[in-house]
Amino acid sequence: MLGSLTLLLLCQLIGEVAVRATGLPLPGPVVGMALLFAGLLVRGEIPQALADTAGALLRNLSLLFVPAGVGVMIHLSLVEREWLPIAAALIGSAVITVAVTALVLQLLSRWLRGAGEKE
Amino acid sequence: MGGVDEELWRIWVYLAETPLVGLTVTLAAYLAGDWLYRRAKLNPLANPVLIAVLLLVGLLLLTGTDYPTYFEGAQFVHFLLGPATVALAVPLYRQFRQVRRHALPLLVALVAGSLTAAGSAVGIAWALGASLETLLSLAPKSVTTPVAMGIAEQIGGLPSLTAVLVILTGIAGAVLAPHTLNLLRIRDWKTRGFAIGVAAHGIGTARALQIDEVAGAFSGLAMGLNALATAALLPLLVRLLF
Repeated sequence: MLGSLTLLLLCQLIGEVAVRATGLPLPGPVVGMALLFAGLLVRGEIPQALADTAGALLRNLSLLFVPAGVGVMIHLSLVEREWLPIAAALIGSAVITVAVTALVLQLLSRWLRGAGEKE
Repeated sequence: MGGVDEELWRIWVYLAETPLVGLTVTLAAYLAGDWLYRRAKLNPLANPVLIAVLLLVGLLLLTGTDYPTYFEGAQFVHFLLGPATVALAVPLYRQFRQVRRHALPLLVALVAGSLTAAGSAVGIAWALGASLETLLSLAPKSVTTPVAMGIAEQIGGLPSLTAVLVILTGIAGAVLAPHTLNLLRIRDWKTRGFAIGVAAHGIGTARALQIDEVAGAFSGLAMGLNALATAALLPLLVRLLF
């Protein structure tokens, strides 16, 4: 538990330092996540202690968004002014994104399967 | 009487100054939200985070507490977002092993979906006259919250506005995606799950898992990959455009 928590923090720390040192336009924790992912690929399995710690954190992931979400109270006047473009963008973009992703995936899968059958 | 009032006042002043209250009300509000979500049979409209945020904003406005005071306590919860983001590598790796065979079509669909999510949201909001900070806060809205907030900070959006937009996006996606996919006559569970995960991250994944296990796994994979793809692509795009 403690060891795997240290590993998670270490990955994040390396990520934060790497981002600041190189000026890469990436969030530090995402670099940390990529590092851990690469580590798992090299190792070829997930150590049980890491699986447990990650599971405990991720089961309660939703809770961790709450403090930041409450910060919307600072921007209430902005939301009041721009609620229409925001609502339209969220609803429109959800439908368009689902449609584009699904159609591209379906077309490519069919095309690849078709090409595979011809060989 | 005056003595009791004074005593209460002293207790209030003490409480307002410790991080204990902010931390406790955050957990309590989330538990209340989670309870309501279960009562509503996991209906995506009864999202526990949204309920908790509404309860807390109401409470803070009612008691005249400002956000920085609240955040002194809530920061202990907030801090865990970093290691939790790193921990996303674990489920990503677990799903990645299962889907290696489909790698090429998934990667192309991922990039197309990631660009469409940001592009369509920014395009619609821009056409309707949204301000630049709203546009930049909207751009990463299809990515899981901790990563989206990091991207918003990188590109000059408002991370706390992004956090709420991400949750609303998840709700919109979870509610609208099944109808959209039915309309397009897409029946393959892998395709359905992946599309929901790209558009609506964890909230969409929770919805996909309720319907079909394969759809849930592909949705979770899409969420993880989309976090990486958008974090890599969006800041570069914004740098080129602005």
